[in-house]
Amino acid sequence: MARNTLYNKIWDSHNVGVLPTGQNQLLIGLHLVHEVTSPQAFDALREEGISVAFPDRTFATCDHIIPTNSTNRPFDDSQAELMMEALEKNTKDFGITFYDPPSGKQGIVHIVGPETGLTQPGMTIACGDSHTSTHGAFGTLAFGIGTSQVRDVLATGCLSMDELKVRRIEVNGTLPEGVTPKDVILYIINKLGVRGGLGYAYEYAGDVFDAMSMEGRMTVCNMSIEGGARAGYVNPDETTFSYLKGREFSPKGKAWDKAVSWWKSLSSDKDAQYDDLVIFKAEDISPMVTWGITPAQSVSVNEKLPLLTGISEDLKKSLSDAYAHMKLTPGQKAVEIPVQVAFIGSCTNGRMSDLRAAAEVVKGKRIHPDVRGIVVPGSIPVRLQAMKEGLDKIFEDAGFEWRQAGCSMCLAMNPDKLIGDEISASSSNRNFIGRQGSPKGRTLLMSPVMVAAAALNGHVSDIRELNK
Amino acid sequence: MSVKKITSLRGTGISIRGNDIDTDRIIPARYLKEITFSKMGEYPFFDERFQEDGTEKDHPFNKKERKDASILVVNDNFGCGSSREHAPQALFRWGIKAVLAESLAEIFAGNCTMIGMAAVTLSPGDIKEIQTAVESDSQVEIKLNLENMTVECGEKSYKAMMPESGRQALIEGTWDSTSLLRSRLDLAKKTASSLPYMNHFES
Repeated sequence: MARNTLYNKIWDSHNVGVLPTGQNQLLIGLHLVHEVTSPQAFDALREEGISVAFPDRTFATCDHIIPTNSTNRPFDDSQAELMMEALEKNTKDFGITFYDPPSGKQGIVHIVGPETGLTQPGMTIACGDSHTSTHGAFGTLAFGIGTSQVRDVLATGCLSMDELKVRRIEVNGTLPEGVTPKDVILYIINKLGVRGGLGYAYEYAGDVFDAMSMEGRMTVCNMSIEGGARAGYVNPDETTFSYLKGREFSPKGKAWDKAVSWWKSLSSDKDAQYDDLVIFKAEDISPMVTWGITPAQSVSVNEKLPLLTGISEDLKKSLSDAYAHMKLTPGQKAVEIPVQVAFIGSCTNGRMSDLRAAAEVVKGKRIHPDVRGIVVPGSIPVRLQAMKEGLDKIFEDAGFEWRQAGCSMCLAMNPDKLIGDEISASSSNRNFIGRQGSPKGRTLLMSPVMVAAAALNGHVSDIRELNK
Repeated sequence: MSVKKITSLRGTGISIRGNDIDTDRIIPARYLKEITFSKMGEYPFFDERFQEDGTEKDHPFNKKERKDASILVVNDNFGCGSSREHAPQALFRWGIKAVLAESLAEIFAGNCTMIGMAAVTLSPGDIKEIQTAVESDSQVEIKLNLENMTVECGEKSYKAMMPESGRQALIEGTWDSTSLLRSRLDLAKKTASSLPYMNHFES
């Protein structure tokens, strides 16, 4: 088993003890709540007459169901309105802070946590959403959980959990031009597979992650779950500390110095032991695009889609199913795939750096007339900052719709959906069948700059060609 | 909170073939917009079972002879993707009491245990053999014994696996963990007081 890693240090310091089942009782230091996976959990507390154990360590926002064209109440969708009312009542009844739209802090839960400074190194974090792994970018252990576990964390501040193995994934060298953090994680998932991380936490390390911004690290950690890992993290360093300095919930004054020295002590030791080690070369990574129905089914943008020859029967069935749904052909060039919708947003790529990079690509240009383009900032603060920098104007002049903050078309629990078998270039995290709201809809995952390039040309495009 | 020991389950089977079947496919996101789980049993595999006009597609969950099936037999990485507990809730409320898989996504497997649904793994070869048996005979009985971790299907017996902690929780009836964790709240508070961030690095 792994020893002296950040995973071990945080696990040990939060381990309350061994339960009669043999599982460990793990203390959760920050519980993030949203409207979709919490109502049944609050109801269970109410039925049993239980209060929230750590209300000061519990924060709520709304993101999945929120319309991105107007947040006027009541929402047009009566079910969405009901969910919102339930969260309003639950947060009020149980004494929990709720970042709703009027608070000015509402946004996707995995964007709100970091930007308010709630997310800090050394914490255990849980949220009823699989992309909670995002927070690992700060050197936390962050777990996506189901609704019964949300109930456990509300009622007790704890989860019953088994210990994970730790795989260190090093990417060394320098990323080539046009290659972004999204490409790095799509490449890792392509190489290790969507089941590769079962039983593991992923520790991302090496030159590429050392040099990566916090927003980039969040993008990578966000999609750990797509590789089958239960959590992903990057050891905290100066990049982490300078991101956190001055944020609302960050420690101040003397407390800041104490915090930094504790955070530094948490990083994996130089001689830490791992259960597995995988090393990649940055130079081997190109801009990536998925063509299938799992995040592992991807190619470099300048490649052809895989052939069905010379592969196992199992793999052949998986690829054939993907081709049938996607209406694409083995051997077809990735850049020949047409695009009808371009979506920039989500907890993976709805941050300032994503919007800035995409705006740079489309500045002074017009998107293809056959493409419906939408840009959805990840939070109200991201939206306001982008508008301050004039990005809304750049996107609108290029033909994109500029929306309000939310999950939007990543999972389409709101009015933003694909129609029929529309094919979408998406900066989000999942290309599963039906994921973007239409059972026949088709999703191509790529980085925000690649989405921008596809929107301009009306088909998948190599950002490096566009830059020439 | 309820305490129910689950030591063995028996019933007829239903087979869904394919690897990497994600929770969006098990229950599409639009059915997550309900504030209770009460209707989830109507939705499993919805978009794979029904055309957009509501007519039925050819799917095992639509077959009359499978309507009482309670043992779901699936392949690799079943339940990957979203952490939505709605997925196991939908299967459970449709009538599934146990999932036999080549492998299971971890959050999905954990969610199953939390609601008292047994989710176990078998070797790929054994799963495919059971799937073939189930597909050719809707009445073949499957028995999952969690005490000795075996699956019997017709005349044959197979070895099943699951994390020991999940197995203990099911057979001892402690799978609904809230009351157990709650009885140890003082210990949790003690651990919390030892963590510098819990008091904002001020002591």
